[in-house]
Amino acid sequence: MAEKDVIVVGGGLAGLACAMNLAADGTHVHLVSLVPVKRSHSVCAQGGINAVNDVTRAEGDSEYLHLDDTVYGGDFLQHQPPVKEMCDRAPGIIDLMDRLGVTFNRTPEGFRDQRRFGGTLYKRTAFAGATTGQQLIYALDEQVRRWEAEGNITKYEYHDFLSPILNDNGVCRGAVIQDLFTMEIKSIPAGAVVLATGGNGLVFGRSTMSTICTGSASARAFRDGVRYANGEFMQVHPTAIPGTDKLRLMSESARGEGGRVWVPKTPQDTRDPKDIPAGERYYFLEERYPKYGNLVPRDIATREIFDVCVNQGLSVEKGRLCVYLDVTELPPTTQQKLDGILEIYEKFQGMNPRVVPMKIFPAIHYSMGGLWADYVKNESTGGLVEKAPKNHMTNVTGLYAIGEADYQYHGANRLGANSLLSCIFTGLFVAPCVSNHVAATAEAVPSSLVDAAKKKETERHNAVAKMNGSENPRALHDELGDTMTRNVTVVRNNKALAETVAKVGELRERYKNVGSPDGGGWTNQSVTFVRALDDMITMAEVIAQGALMRDECRGAHFKPEFLIESPDSDDPATLREQAVTWCTKFKEKNEKWLKSTIADYNGGDVQYSYEEVDTTLVPPRPRTYGLKGAEIIEEVWREQFLSKTPVGAA
Amino acid sequence: MSKKVKVNIKRQDSPDSGAYWQSFELPIEDGMNVTTVLLRIAASPTTADGEKVAPVAYDACCLEEVCGACSMRINGKVRQACSALVENLLKEEPEITLEPMTKFPRVRDLVVDRRRLFEGLKRVKAWAPVDGYSPRGEPDRMSPSDQEDAYPLSRCMSCGCCMEACPQFNDKDDFIGPHAVSQAILFNTLPAGKPLESERLDALAEAGGIAACGNAQNCVKVCPKEIPLTVSIAKAGRATTVHSIKRFLAR
Repeated sequence: MAEKDVIVVGGGLAGLACAMNLAADGTHVHLVSLVPVKRSHSVCAQGGINAVNDVTRAEGDSEYLHLDDTVYGGDFLQHQPPVKEMCDRAPGIIDLMDRLGVTFNRTPEGFRDQRRFGGTLYKRTAFAGATTGQQLIYALDEQVRRWEAEGNITKYEYHDFLSPILNDNGVCRGAVIQDLFTMEIKSIPAGAVVLATGGNGLVFGRSTMSTICTGSASARAFRDGVRYANGEFMQVHPTAIPGTDKLRLMSESARGEGGRVWVPKTPQDTRDPKDIPAGERYYFLEERYPKYGNLVPRDIATREIFDVCVNQGLSVEKGRLCVYLDVTELPPTTQQKLDGILEIYEKFQGMNPRVVPMKIFPAIHYSMGGLWADYVKNESTGGLVEKAPKNHMTNVTGLYAIGEADYQYHGANRLGANSLLSCIFTGLFVAPCVSNHVAATAEAVPSSLVDAAKKKETERHNAVAKMNGSENPRALHDELGDTMTRNVTVVRNNKALAETVAKVGELRERYKNVGSPDGGGWTNQSVTFVRALDDMITMAEVIAQGALMRDECRGAHFKPEFLIESPDSDDPATLREQAVTWCTKFKEKNEKWLKSTIADYNGGDVQYSYEEVDTTLVPPRPRTYGLKGAEIIEEVWREQFLSKTPVGAA
Repeated sequence: MSKKVKVNIKRQDSPDSGAYWQSFELPIEDGMNVTTVLLRIAASPTTADGEKVAPVAYDACCLEEVCGACSMRINGKVRQACSALVENLLKEEPEITLEPMTKFPRVRDLVVDRRRLFEGLKRVKAWAPVDGYSPRGEPDRMSPSDQEDAYPLSRCMSCGCCMEACPQFNDKDDFIGPHAVSQAILFNTLPAGKPLESERLDALAEAGGIAACGNAQNCVKVCPKEIPLTVSIAKAGRATTVHSIKRFLAR
């Protein structure tokens, strides 16, 4: 009864939550993962997971405000019904994870403790030390093992997803995968395939992501016809530890617990940071953003750190860009809550961050964009229709995308501690939708289809294994990463983006002349990497081209040539006039650009189009964190431009 | 000229073929770790003698010591390759020696098959036996001290270092190993895991369970997360004894 089986690709939070929920319902799941699922990249998430809770509720918080913070933080580029559904279900998800044995930190009375994260004024974030992602994924890993012991889940760990199996009508009927020990290629028939394969940070060479986050699975689905949306929206995390192999994340929780970001006012002050008096320190986030302080949304913090180092020349070190992230003044009990991340700094930098301020700099961190995925809006609640087969289905029937691999929920910028939530939420929520799709398709998968797909991928594997050109694939990857990091991260401009598109095109050509240096039959990591490099080049094309075409500033996508000039007059009447002009321009910009970029592979001739965004729950408004003239802009916007009353605000 | 480091690697082409050694020489970089060494070799797989060879296969993932992927024997001691800094290793020995773990079936070069680790977790049912995943409201409170006891155990990343170091763990016996014992104790402590407490103790009382531990205490010395494995083992010993007596008396 293979046609009733479901293949879940990816063993991070989203994939495990989905597999577990499907298995509990009696579906047989084939769970495919590059690494033992317990080692998936979700383990690197540190800070926590967001949900409205009793404490924040008492301060006036609500699910609606969680939705509002999320879409405002995301610069309104996300469809609101899925976000509403996620925020509504968040409190239940935390309770569930607690029931599964996650060791959340506790208050003295024994309730779950919460901390504040960026882009909100409420303490919504539940956490387990500073290794929350690890703790959450372990709980799901354990449940999946339980269902594996029951026989409901078959694991394929150390397996690479090569392609979906599509029938003549373009319907997904299984997947072709490769065993990374034996290199054997297997073709598995199924009623549906769920891609939960995470982000693509490796396109930028070094990032906060794990070595497996190449975006391969997404690129392979894309080449087989799945649309890719908002590729240009890559989150750059403000605080990472620069390293030669990886830019290790230093969680936002360091600031959530009171950590402060600063640079010496004297450029490259050679004194020990402890000897620099408070008056000679520039706490630039606190000074520029009095309301949010060190907890402004990530895109803003990133740009400010970049500005202080690059434009103002205030980097702590001379040869290397970095600022201080200082937790030395926090009480030991608070530092203890951060042990998990402080240990990482200590181990890899050889300095004790409890005593010496850390040196950090922004790094590529999260893919807001991803595979296009559908949703079915519930007109009465504003959220989603439960169990509807179309929820999270891509444009290929029977092929689903969830977690970081899809493009929903985070718009142009993700709020901290919303990723763990969106991953678990989509995994749990999609399971009955997938079951219903599978229930409705009864026909068996023809073995000819399964065999043909396997043959095609076997031929492709053999062709890659035989590549013996002079280009070194690792060197090509370094070039790709350097170009992308230099031109497509914090600050973007059209000249550099056009150069990047051309450069990626050049790499695409040179790729044809790559050599795969390993003739081995077991664990041939060269072939696997050469194939992934092809995928990373595909992803880079989509990211760079999307960025080049989008002529505006929105969330993480910052193109100063298209900034709207802030009102700055001292004369109240002129100031108001300037604000009206600002709002008019902003409105025009939204009419043109409040749309998702959609890339269609189209046999290699990639086509770009734009999709309207459903903003029916929270009307878009200017995002004014720390913006000059914010007050007058907000006032004018409310009076003259805001037409609709928010649906759920009543 | 930057300083160079010599790296000797024990290699093997496939599970059934023989092992052999190759040496590589490469420039030392700032903050360089063993995974970077292996990445550089993958980019340019030429031995110290100038022979072009196949890249060395190795496991790696998070590169920040939370995933457990990159365990291997480095200078004879099992540890994580990502957090093993070249600079520190050179204080131990003049050259660096890399070998695969010896207690698990070898696949290729430094890659081994650690599935037995996860089978151990199945044997002790290291999970919370919840009814289902629909909302059931907020579970009972937990005291901060209970959380502080459980949290260190829940950071175990199944890297396998403790099993590599354990003299009782090998391919001839079916000792479950310190890792699974500690996870059994974690779930017997957590309210969420309590309903299966008795079954876990039964599993630990079986052949290959807690009685197979020889109390060498090597496990706790090599654990990269400093998990109090010997405390878990002692707790497991006491609990299974009490459990077995109860079982006996109830007959």
